[in-house]
Amino acid sequence: MIDTDSDAPLLRVDGVSRYFGERPACLDVSFDLWPGEVMGVVGESGSGKTTLLNCLSGRLRPDGGRILYGTRHQGAVDLYALGEAERRLLMRTDWGMVHQNPRDGLRMAVSAGANIGERLMAVGARHYGNIRQEAVDWLSRVEIDDARIDDLPRAFSGGMQQRLQIARNLVTKPRLVFMDEPTGGLDVSVQARLLDLLRGLVSRLDLSVVIVTHDLAVVRLLAHRLMVMRHGRVVETGLTDQVLDDPQHPYTQLLVSSVLQA
Amino acid sequence: MSNLAIDAVGLGKSFHLHTQGDVEIDVFRGLAFQVRFGECVALHGPSGCGKSTLLRALYANYKVGEGNIKVRHRDDWVDMAAAEPRAILAVRRLTMGYVSQFLRVIPRVATLDIVAEPLRLRGIDEVAAVREASRMLARLNVPERLWRLAPATFSGGEQQRVNIARGFIADFPILLLDEPTAALDPVNRAIVAEMILEQKAAGKAIVGIFHDAEVRARVCDRIFEIEPFKVAA
Repeated sequence: MIDTDSDAPLLRVDGVSRYFGERPACLDVSFDLWPGEVMGVVGESGSGKTTLLNCLSGRLRPDGGRILYGTRHQGAVDLYALGEAERRLLMRTDWGMVHQNPRDGLRMAVSAGANIGERLMAVGARHYGNIRQEAVDWLSRVEIDDARIDDLPRAFSGGMQQRLQIARNLVTKPRLVFMDEPTGGLDVSVQARLLDLLRGLVSRLDLSVVIVTHDLAVVRLLAHRLMVMRHGRVVETGLTDQVLDDPQHPYTQLLVSSVLQA
Repeated sequence: MSNLAIDAVGLGKSFHLHTQGDVEIDVFRGLAFQVRFGECVALHGPSGCGKSTLLRALYANYKVGEGNIKVRHRDDWVDMAAAEPRAILAVRRLTMGYVSQFLRVIPRVATLDIVAEPLRLRGIDEVAAVREASRMLARLNVPERLWRLAPATFSGGEQQRVNIARGFIADFPILLLDEPTAALDPVNRAIVAEMILEQKAAGKAIVGIFHDAEVRARVCDRIFEIEPFKVAA
C-alpha cells in the first residue's frame, strides 16, 4: 500500500547520467520513489534500463547527478558520497537485489537454508535455531517445501531458484528492492506463479521496488508507475495503466502495439 | 455547490496515433461535466462519441489534453488530469471505484481474493475482507463452488459479476460503471440495478454507461449527452 501521508520520498533520483566512453547509456534520469511504491522501468535491450538500475542500486557510480536515499536513522544520504563500506552496509541491510539469473544472486555451493541464513547472519543474527526457523518460514512463504532446506540450489528448478533468491533477499526485511527481469528466464506457467507471489509479498511487506523488465504484462501486474526508456532517455512516465492504455510518445505507442495478443 | 463529487471543466481529448500514419482523432473539446453525491448520471450518445473515453479520463486511465477533472477526495479536491500518480492511486484506493466491461484476470488468483482485494488494500483484515467478498458474490449469484477458482474460465456473465462485486465491495463514494449489466441475465440485471439504487440512496455519486434502456431508466436521475465531435467548417 502506498503511504500517501509520508512527506519524504525513499529514493530521490536527480539528473543521473552514465556514459560508456562517449556513448550515454542513461541520460539525465530523475524521479522520486515513495515508500510502498513500485516503479517499473521498461524499454528494449540497449535502452539503458539495466545501467540505470545498476546506478540506483549502488553498483555503478553515475557520471552525473545524485541519488538520495532516505535512511531509517540519518535522513536522506547521498548514495555515492557515502564511503564504500557504508554503502555496502546499506545494500546488505536495507536493500535487496533480485537478479534475472538466480545464479547471480544465490550461492550455488551452499544449501537453500544457508542461502537464507547467510543474509540474516550478515545483519547480525547469531542464534542457529532462530536462523534455521526463519529459513523454514521463508521457504514456505515462497512456496518451497521445507524438506528441501538442506538441498543445494542447483538441485532446484529455475522457478524454485528464483523463489529462493527472493526469500534470500526479503529475509532481512529490506525497505527497497531492485529487480532485474525477475521473471525473464522462466516458463510462462512458472512466471505467472512467481508474479502472483511477488505481488502478494510486495503489498504485504509494504516494499518499495524498482523493477526493470521488457515485459509489459509484468509491470501491468506489479508496478504502480512506469518509466519508458529509449536510447538512455526517459521518453514517457506516469501511472502504469495510463501509460499502457493511452500511451502518448511515439515509441511507447510502438512498444504497446507490438505486444502479441495470446 | 458543496455537494459536488466531480467537477470537470474544459475537457479536451484527442488521440494522436503516431504509429498509424500520424492520424489525429478528436474525441471531445470544451466539455464540462458535473456530478453530485446522491445522483446517478448516464453518459449517452452514439457509438464512438467518447462515452468510454470520458469515463476512463475521469479515472485517469486516459490522459486528457486539456482541462481539469476535480474529484472530491476526503476533505480535499484532487485534479485527476494533473495530480501525481500517488495522489491518483490514493483516490482510487479510497474514493473512486471503476467497474470495467471486462475483468482483467490475474493468473492463479482466486475469485474471492480478487473481490476482497480493494478492502485489503485499505488495510482491512483478511477475515473481514473475505467475509464481505463472500457476501457480495452470494448476492450476485456467483456459485460458491467457483469462489476458490481463478475466473479465467468463467462465462462472460460470471466474470462481469465478479467485476461488479469487486467494484461495489469497497463502498466508494464515487463509482464509475462501464456497461455493468451488458452480459447479465434479467435476474442478475435487476440485482445490479438494485445495488446501484442502494448506493445512490447512501449518497454515493454514480456515473455510468448503460446500454440497457430499462436499467438506465430505473437507476439514472439524468442523462449527459455527449455530442459527436464536429470539425469546424
